[in-house]
Amino acid sequence: MSFDNLDTLYRQVIMDHYKNPRNRGALDNDSLTIDMNNPTCGDRIQLHLQIEDGKVEDAKFEGEGCSISLSSASMMTQAIKGKSVDEALSLSKIFSDMMLGENPNEDDIDLGDIEALQGVSKFPARIKCATLAWKAMEKGIDEQK
Amino acid sequence: MDAKEIRKQFPILDQEINGNPLVYLDSAATSQKPIQVIKALDEYYKQDNSNVHRGVHTLGTRATDKYEGAREKVRNFINAESTKQIIFTRGTTTAINTVAYSYARATLQEGDEIVITTLEHHSNIIPWQQAAKATGATLKYIPMQPDGTLSLEDVEQTITENTKIVAMMQVSNVLGTINPVKEVAKIAHKNGAVMLVDGAQAVPHMAVDVQDLDCDFYAFSGHKMCGPTGIGVLYGKKELLEQMEPVEFGGEMIDFVNLYDSTWKELPWKFEGGTPIIAGAIGLGAAIDFLSEIGMETIEAHEHKLVKYAMEQMKKIEGLTIYGPENRAGLVTFNLDTVHPHDAATVLDSQGIAVRAGHHCAQPLMKWLDVTATARASFYLYNTEQEVDQLVTALAKTKEYFGDVF
Repeated sequence: MSFDNLDTLYRQVIMDHYKNPRNRGALDNDSLTIDMNNPTCGDRIQLHLQIEDGKVEDAKFEGEGCSISLSSASMMTQAIKGKSVDEALSLSKIFSDMMLGENPNEDDIDLGDIEALQGVSKFPARIKCATLAWKAMEKGIDEQK
Repeated sequence: MDAKEIRKQFPILDQEINGNPLVYLDSAATSQKPIQVIKALDEYYKQDNSNVHRGVHTLGTRATDKYEGAREKVRNFINAESTKQIIFTRGTTTAINTVAYSYARATLQEGDEIVITTLEHHSNIIPWQQAAKATGATLKYIPMQPDGTLSLEDVEQTITENTKIVAMMQVSNVLGTINPVKEVAKIAHKNGAVMLVDGAQAVPHMAVDVQDLDCDFYAFSGHKMCGPTGIGVLYGKKELLEQMEPVEFGGEMIDFVNLYDSTWKELPWKFEGGTPIIAGAIGLGAAIDFLSEIGMETIEAHEHKLVKYAMEQMKKIEGLTIYGPENRAGLVTFNLDTVHPHDAATVLDSQGIAVRAGHHCAQPLMKWLDVTATARASFYLYNTEQEVDQLVTALAKTKEYFGDVF
C-alpha cells in the first residue's frame, strides 16, 4: 500500500516541528495569554504573546494536540516573532487562504516552514487542527487593540 | 447471522474510500441505514406526505396512521405498557433535556441531589448541571472502578435519601461498559429517587425492556439504530409524564386555546408541540421492523463475538492501549503508542477505515482516563471479522508509518 497522498500531509518538516516544537512554554506574567480549543476534538492551545509598540516581541505556546495542530503552533510562533502586528495578521490571512487551497507563492512572501502545511488543505477534516494556533493569535491581537 | 448477507442491504457500505473498500467502524456515532429504511422514507414522501392529526383528507389519515403506527412499533420494541408513554423527540439529547426541564427544574429544591456518573456523555451531564444551578440542588458523581465499571456498593453509598434523580447511561459510548441500571433503579427507588436511563448505546444493540428495568425515564436516538437522524424517543412512567408540564408550546400539543389560557392534549401529544417528526418516526418504525426481523439477541451475540475477536487481535499490537473493561458492548476505544488519535484516524482513513477520534462527547471521562483524546472502533450488525482483520492490519501499518516519520 502506498502512502503518497499521506506524505503530502505529514511532511518531514511538520514532523520535525511536532517532535521538536519551537517556542514551547510560558512567557512572563505581563504577556498576553489566549486560550483556544477545538471543541470537536479536544485539542487545546494556550498562546502567550508579548506585543509592544505594534510589534510581536515574543510568542510561546503550550497545549495538547495532534501533529498538525502542534506543528502549526510551533511554525506560527516562529513566523510572527519580530514581525509587526499587521504583518502577523497578513500572514494569518495567507495561511487561511492556503488552507482553502490557494497557492501562497503568488503572494511573493517568504513563508518559510509554514508552506509545508499546504498539504493540509487536501484533508478537510484536519484544517481546523492547522488553524487553531492562528485563530488564537488573531484573537490575542484583536484583544490587544 | 450472516453479516455478509446483511451488508448487502446497506447500499452505502458498497463503496471505496481512498482506493480501499470502506470499513465503517463508527456506528456508535451514527449507524448506516438499510435499504428498507431508505425506501420507507422515499415511499412516505412520494405517496403519503401530509400533516398529521388534522387533515380530513385521505393523505392526512395515511400519514397519521403511519406516524402513530411507528409509535406502536417503538412501544412494542422496548416493551412499554402504552403508546401514551412514547414521546417522539429530536433525539436522546432532547429527551433528557425534556426531563431536566419539565421534571427536574419543577421539582428540585436546595438540598436535593442529582446523581450521575463520570462515564456519561455530555448530553447526560450538562442538562443536570444546568438544572442543579437553576434549583440549588447538588450534582453528585458515583465513583468509578479502575476498569471503568461501577460497583453497586459505591452506588449505594452515593445515592442518599436526599437524592431525587439518578441519571445513567446503560452502555458507555467510550468504554463499552454495561451498567447495572436495573439494580441502580432499585437503589434509586429505595431512596425515593426517580431513575433516568440514557439508552442511546443500548437500544441499537440489545433487547431492552423498560418494564423489566423499572426505570422511570428512558431516552434513545433513532439514528444509531439504523433509523434516520432527527428522531428519538423519551419513554416515561405515566404518572410522572402526566404531572409534567410541556416544554414546548404551540400547535399540535393543545386542547383548547383561549385568549389568556390554554389546555393541553393528553399524553403523549402534549410533549410534541409543532408539526411532529413524521418522516423520522416512520423511518424509525422501519428500522425497528428491520432489527426485529433479525432479532436483538442475534445482533447482540454477533457484536459480542466481534468485539471479543477485535480485543484479542488488537492486544497483539505492541504499544496499543485499550481503555475499559474486558466484558463490554461492541466497541473498542484505544490509543496507538504516541500517535495522536487524529493522526491515527487520518492514516486509517487513507486505508478506507472510518473510526472516531477525539473526546467522544465525554470530556470528564477523558480527564478520568488522563488522556486528551482517544480513537474508537465501534461495531454493528453489518461488520465482519474480516473487517476487524483489516483494522488490525491497518493499525500495524499506521504504527509503521509514524515510526518512519517520527
